Amino acid sequence: MTTTQPPSQLPGFEVEAGSLGSLADARLAVELDTGDMILNMGPQHPATHGTLRLVVRLDGERVIAADPVIGYMHRGYEKLTEFRTYPQITTLINRIDWLSSFANEVPFIHAAEQLMGIEAPPRAQHIRTLLTELSRIATIYLFLGEMGLQVGALTPAFWGFRDREHVLNLIEGATGGRFHPNFNRIGGVKDDLPWGWIVECRAAMKRILDGCDDFEDVLVGNEIFQARTRGVGIIPAELGAAYGVSGANLRASGVDWDLRRDGKPYLSYNELDFKVWTHQDGDSFARYWVRLQETRESVRMVLQLLDGLASGPVMAKVPRIIKVPAGEVWVETENPLGQMGYYVVSKGAIGPFRVKIRSASFSNVSILPWLLRGLYVPDVVTVLGSLYFILGDIDR
Amino acid sequence: MSDEVVAVETAEADIPDPVVGVLASRFVEALGDDLLEWEDSFGTLAIRVKPDSWAPAAAFAKSELECNYLSFISGIDWQPVTRPDGDEGSDLSAPVQPTEMTFGVTGSAGRFQVFGHVQSTSRHWGVTIKSDVDETDPRIASWVAIYPGADWHERECWEMYGIVFDGHPSLRNLYLPGGFEGHPLRKDFPLLAREVKPWPGLVDVEPMPGVADADGGE
Repeated sequence: MTTTQPPSQLPGFEVEAGSLGSLADARLAVELDTGDMILNMGPQHPATHGTLRLVVRLDGERVIAADPVIGYMHRGYEKLTEFRTYPQITTLINRIDWLSSFANEVPFIHAAEQLMGIEAPPRAQHIRTLLTELSRIATIYLFLGEMGLQVGALTPAFWGFRDREHVLNLIEGATGGRFHPNFNRIGGVKDDLPWGWIVECRAAMKRILDGCDDFEDVLVGNEIFQARTRGVGIIPAELGAAYGVSGANLRASGVDWDLRRDGKPYLSYNELDFKVWTHQDGDSFARYWVRLQETRESVRMVLQLLDGLASGPVMAKVPRIIKVPAGEVWVETENPLGQMGYYVVSKGAIGPFRVKIRSASFSNVSILPWLLRGLYVPDVVTVLGSLYFILGDIDR
Repeated sequence: MSDEVVAVETAEADIPDPVVGVLASRFVEALGDDLLEWEDSFGTLAIRVKPDSWAPAAAFAKSELECNYLSFISGIDWQPVTRPDGDEGSDLSAPVQPTEMTFGVTGSAGRFQVFGHVQSTSRHWGVTIKSDVDETDPRIASWVAIYPGADWHERECWEMYGIVFDGHPSLRNLYLPGGFEGHPLRKDFPLLAREVKPWPGLVDVEPMPGVADADGGE
């Protein structure tokens, strides 16, 4: 028995030739009320890099309202800092943005040093700058790969994880920890760089640069990638700034602002030659492109630092018991995800009285209710991916 | 009122950073008596305004001083840490803070303060704005109309300190679950984990017997 029959012989489908077109027209003319659908994305969703829950109200496939629900990972660091001494707190703040832990430590240590009036020796500053830039590369490199995953390209994600490992090895070699170095001390860094590290570092930087070229070929020049990211999730510059969106997300909207260059001088950035990249479009593609250029720029900075690494001690003279004089200081730095700052209030004790932690992802994500409105569901994922947030950085 | 004006003048006498001085004089001009105090804190201007000028000060910073970027809004509780059994209470592991109420930069009128930091992405300056909040009925104007990003910061401050932001579209819990009672960042909210088991880490930094705190050099 054959299963294929001419359509005209199927029961209920006896229609005259030519009438189908008008039937279709009639269906289109009726406005179907589908009702709004509430869709729960997360808390576990591959695009959320952790436990971000997104409640979106949909009309068909179009988002008409989005409400991020955060706090699944809230660890209360601002409270915990009040119960710890200054050296203990670096262990905590390692876990805020866990992909670039070293960069988290720097502003806090810097704040304590400013209050105490001590300055780390030049070699310590260079090592700090080196490791900050390495953690920036490690963080953003993962993004460069994962962004491919958001649009359905699997290979770049593997490249991202594979080549990031070279950088993590360097961080581990110098500090002993892949993700949580806890390497900064008030007054310097814990140790000098190990023997042979500089040679390894140069080799790894070569690999990273090659990898950036691969990403450029495979993703930036890819038609599907561009179709999915260009013109999607545009953040206007003024609105982004008023929301506190920072870092590459704001620079992709054409705001030429980088705290490494424009903020109060910190680490050794005023000795380095680097370019701050911006893009005028403000869409997902621009955010990707800016981060790609920034990774190359970071590699350039690392190579400059390796060439001109200062000699000397890596620790300043500090009291054995660290007591920070009373005062208040606000220190902000350009972290891989954006502006990170600590407002430290000291009352002269061995621990701070109050620490306000300003983390980049918190403000970057707070624009989501505005940004996601009117997008289609598949674009929600690419926009989330392109904002690049770490849940620990949102929830603190 | 008169001594507050004097405070402004004495602070102006020693200006290390010209930008801070210029910004401060702009605020003095715009807010007049509502600017209670200003100070240069490590190169960043900090001002304290009357509660009524909390929102106008931010609006002025945004429109006239090009501070288009909202960094954060938060609160602070100046009350000394209270321990259930007094100073010799169970939680001896936490760093000991002064027991009398002292205030930080630009002072405070009472226990609660809100403070926020706004800055300019084009001119690269910033200002920390502080304002006092009444202890019994903590409320202050919202910045949401000026900086839309204030939304989440104010929700966080509301749940952590119990400070109500008038004019905020929906003050609901951000981090904490809906039925949470209490305001965790207030100083009288105990850190229960520490009450149950003191943190052992502090042992390392306690002074050795016979060694004074001050001469702890290497």
